[in-house]
Amino acid sequence: MKFNEHWLRSLVDTSLDTAQLSELLTMAGLEVEECDPVAPPFSKVVVAQVLSAEKHPDADKLKLCKVDVGEADPLQIVCGAPNVSPGMKVPCARVGAVLPGGLSIKAARVRGVESFGMLCSARELGLSDDHGGLLALTEDAPTGRDVRAQLALDDHVFLLKLTPNRADCLSLVGIAREVAALTGACVNLPNWDEPSAVIAERREIVLDAPQACARFCGRLIRGINANAPTPDWMRQRIERAGLRCINAVVDVTNYVMLELGQPLHAYDDGKLNGGLHARYARAGESLELLNGQMLALDADSLVIADEARVLGLAGIMGGEGSGVQASTTDIFLEAAWFAPDAVAGKARSFGFSSDASHRFERGVDFGNTRNAMARAAGLILSICGGQPGPVVESLSADHLPKRATVNLRTARAARVLGIDIGAGRIEGILSALGLAVERTADGFAVTPPSHRFDIEIEEDLIEEIVRVHGYDNVPAPAPSGPLAMLPLGEQIRSPWRVRRTLAARDYQEVVNFSFVDSAWERDFCANEAPVVLANPIASQMSVMRSSLIGGLVANLATNLKRKVERVRVFELGRCFSRDGSEAGPNRPVAGFVQPLRIAALAAGNAAPEQWGAATRRVDFYDVKADLEALLAPRKPCFLAAAHPALHPGRCAEVVLEQQAIGWIGELHPRLSLKYELGASPVVFELELDAVLAAGLPDYVEPSKFPSVVRDLALVVAHDLPVQTLLDGLRQAAPDIVSELEVFDVYQGKGIDPDKKSLAIRVVMKDTQRTLADDEVESARSRLIRFAEERFSARLRA
Amino acid sequence: MENLDQIVSRAQSEFAAISDPAQLEQAKAQYLGKSGAITELLKGLGKLPPEEKKTAGAAINVAKQAVEAALEARREALKAAQLEAQLAAEALDVTLPGRGIPVGGLHPVTRTLERIEGLFRSIGFDVADGPEIETDWHNFTALNTPEKHPARSMHDTFYIENAPDVLLRTHTSPVQIRYMQAHVDRYRDAEVMPPIRIIAPGRVYRVDSDATHSPMFHQVEGLWVGEGVSFADLKGIVADFLRSFFETDELTVRFRPSFFPFTEPSAEIDVAFMSGAMKGRWLEIAGCGMVHPNVLRHGGIDPERYTGFAFGFGPDRLTMLRYGVNDLRLFFEGDLRFLSQFR
Repeated sequence: MKFNEHWLRSLVDTSLDTAQLSELLTMAGLEVEECDPVAPPFSKVVVAQVLSAEKHPDADKLKLCKVDVGEADPLQIVCGAPNVSPGMKVPCARVGAVLPGGLSIKAARVRGVESFGMLCSARELGLSDDHGGLLALTEDAPTGRDVRAQLALDDHVFLLKLTPNRADCLSLVGIAREVAALTGACVNLPNWDEPSAVIAERREIVLDAPQACARFCGRLIRGINANAPTPDWMRQRIERAGLRCINAVVDVTNYVMLELGQPLHAYDDGKLNGGLHARYARAGESLELLNGQMLALDADSLVIADEARVLGLAGIMGGEGSGVQASTTDIFLEAAWFAPDAVAGKARSFGFSSDASHRFERGVDFGNTRNAMARAAGLILSICGGQPGPVVESLSADHLPKRATVNLRTARAARVLGIDIGAGRIEGILSALGLAVERTADGFAVTPPSHRFDIEIEEDLIEEIVRVHGYDNVPAPAPSGPLAMLPLGEQIRSPWRVRRTLAARDYQEVVNFSFVDSAWERDFCANEAPVVLANPIASQMSVMRSSLIGGLVANLATNLKRKVERVRVFELGRCFSRDGSEAGPNRPVAGFVQPLRIAALAAGNAAPEQWGAATRRVDFYDVKADLEALLAPRKPCFLAAAHPALHPGRCAEVVLEQQAIGWIGELHPRLSLKYELGASPVVFELELDAVLAAGLPDYVEPSKFPSVVRDLALVVAHDLPVQTLLDGLRQAAPDIVSELEVFDVYQGKGIDPDKKSLAIRVVMKDTQRTLADDEVESARSRLIRFAEERFSARLRA
Repeated sequence: MENLDQIVSRAQSEFAAISDPAQLEQAKAQYLGKSGAITELLKGLGKLPPEEKKTAGAAINVAKQAVEAALEARREALKAAQLEAQLAAEALDVTLPGRGIPVGGLHPVTRTLERIEGLFRSIGFDVADGPEIETDWHNFTALNTPEKHPARSMHDTFYIENAPDVLLRTHTSPVQIRYMQAHVDRYRDAEVMPPIRIIAPGRVYRVDSDATHSPMFHQVEGLWVGEGVSFADLKGIVADFLRSFFETDELTVRFRPSFFPFTEPSAEIDVAFMSGAMKGRWLEIAGCGMVHPNVLRHGGIDPERYTGFAFGFGPDRLTMLRYGVNDLRLFFEGDLRFLSQFR
């Protein structure tokens, strides 16, 4: 809602200055988004009449003017504007004037001729960008008058960012009412005396859909002058409200809409056939709107129609071909009340919005329809002349909104607000807002007026009370409550610990968009059926990701482009897919799986290039160690398996306690090529739940007796997974074997090409006694025998 | 023949001149070895008459001890010098950088979320979570925003194809509904329902993209429902939080009436700093209000008995203000040159 300060002040007297008024509105919930002066500061610019304009003796493009500034002697001024001509009235900056931008006007010689001032364009006064010529003032502007006064430039334009509940403030009168309630001032309502009918002609109005249009007033005015100029004062207010002036009749309807909040429409009566109907559209009907848009109407579209055709979209926009034009002599004026439900969302569904639909959607004062009609008719008659017919009003009182009485308990208000405002003050606030207030045993019975659509329950009243009382006047104590400890489960880790662990291992956290390119889903997940957005913002953000890997790969590509080549990133976030499941405890939305995952990517050198360590690229085992650190002390298994995004020979499924919890591997070289990554990065992605779960520490008493260490060197087939061998050995080992780990892998000289040598450290101990040599020896031979039998291993010499 | 004193002083000066341990041991032989000067004297004792033996023997022993002491002292001195030389040779350039990998870091917004969680946990707020693909009912209807309500146009919503009532949540407020329902269920048989005190941080989505809007951003929802929870309490908590988060009392917090379908009374929270680049400007930082009775009802809670407040902060904005970041988009571009500055 945009309006100028002068207009508001004409409706409500207040001694507040502009800044205070702005603060008052903002702090009452009518947020002032902008409050800008109409014109920048300038001084000593007056209305001047050009008496003569002759060619400058020494310059082709300059004119030598004699200018009357309301003093005995005219001034001589040199002017270069193309439109300067004798008789016209223009702004004249006198000697001593300071113009916007700080230009001060002095007496000067222009090409040898003295000049005592400057005639100004609109741009020179900071009023617009128009620099095509002098700003032409109206003929009746009094010569010598300060231009700021003449053009009412000591004014501000306010832009309110209104919340949808405050439809009552989509009018100047509404805002004035609010200011009055907040300051105790009075509202000076405009004159809405209904002009008496001069002629008897009328047009019938039928409410075919009274639930959608419960009140419709119409009035014929014959013999108007559609070309009459809109008065300056009205033009100024309309333009400062951000609307365009069209013609006097349309300007009046817009003016009254701004003033009273009631959208109006004027038809060229000569184009109407028979009575008017407010009805739903019929199959096959269409309409060309005033803005040129062609609409195919459906049975859900409320329209105004005559006996022959649809004239407009009710409460939204009039149609082409029935509006007022220069040739119009007879008009039919419409002021109707449309139910918010009937209008809401309709304009948006056609892809536009209008000042009328904006108001009707939020609620127009249904008690003011006739006043608005009277106000508009009065203004049209005074500007355009004409003979009015009688007001035709169709009303379905049952379908108008009801204003139910709402009970307010003062004790409840005090409990909700945490401050006792007092019954007297409450009564004063509610009355000032124009609500009908009656005292009851424990508070008040309050009935809202027809212009308020947002007061239906007790809380609505509590809000009004505290809003007017002032949010600033509510104290802000430190609240008290029971001191109950929060759960701090030891067997579930916090996601913060997971993040910190990765950060400590030199990964940087990123936050990537959850919507991705559908190509990523295909490339990284072989997912041909991702969750698709119905209204994506861009095609590369059109589907929901089912893996975090695509985003991390994109991060790598972005950073490589910026010459950052060692990239280690991780993300913790949700992934999305569809299934046929019902809603349940772990499935908040039926049909959609949306687990949290943690994924990381490492590319480039294993460590930053440095003096003390050889440079080498990060590899599978580096990243595997990071993954193991995340899960420690639990130890996952890694099973060679296939993943669409990963190198088939360098990829493993991560299994923890028989549950598959994620993947680790080198990115498939095909994808590294496609995404221009150079060498393939190593990535992993895990289910966050699995990472967060952690048992309590499982304590075993340390042995007081020394442990015995034996190393075995076993030669096995080169493709035997170490984990398979270790798992087997661990099962076969006697109880005294407490640890079995591989500490070296050797392939090369002395070992057949299809074999590898594994060095395995075996730690044996007993918590109760020292182990005997023969026990140790027998355990060792048992392990060797088992390896020989099960894995065709042989002991390396 | 030199006397004992001369032998001792010769030994002392000879030892002192030696700087090599092996030489020192050779020199030792000249005095204490098989045919060393002291040893020879001791051998000669036998030839002396018994009455002189005793005094002469004692004198030789004194001299022997003096020589031994000089030897030992020189040995120690040489050892110390040797260690010193070794240490000097072993000296490192301690200014060379440490070996290995540096540390990474959290995302700046995550870092803010961690602090927010910490601050609210310190006054007993637990952390709750909710789905990002959400039902229309939880995101709007249950939050007192029925279809066609003009407030729905305040949220430009992403919808899911082929799932008519499913969308990307436009705010974290649906967590209110889910949490209230679960809470009520948990304490169905309890005499008194313990208060709900939670925050719910997370990602939210709106169809909007420019320098100050991202189609995905973060919110932190807060909710306290209990007996006698008031608007004044809301003001108290929020002011306390902002001062704690920015670690300054040099800020002013302003509550301005506003409208949200799911709270009443509702407020926007503005903050103005008394110093720094943003000095004196009101910055919109959160929306809040008393939970609307219809929302409590949808959560299964009796609004006559219980009242509550809710708030929604924008952690992205808090992060921007905290660190002076001026472009929201930087948070979501994965540029390590930017992100790595927040370690």
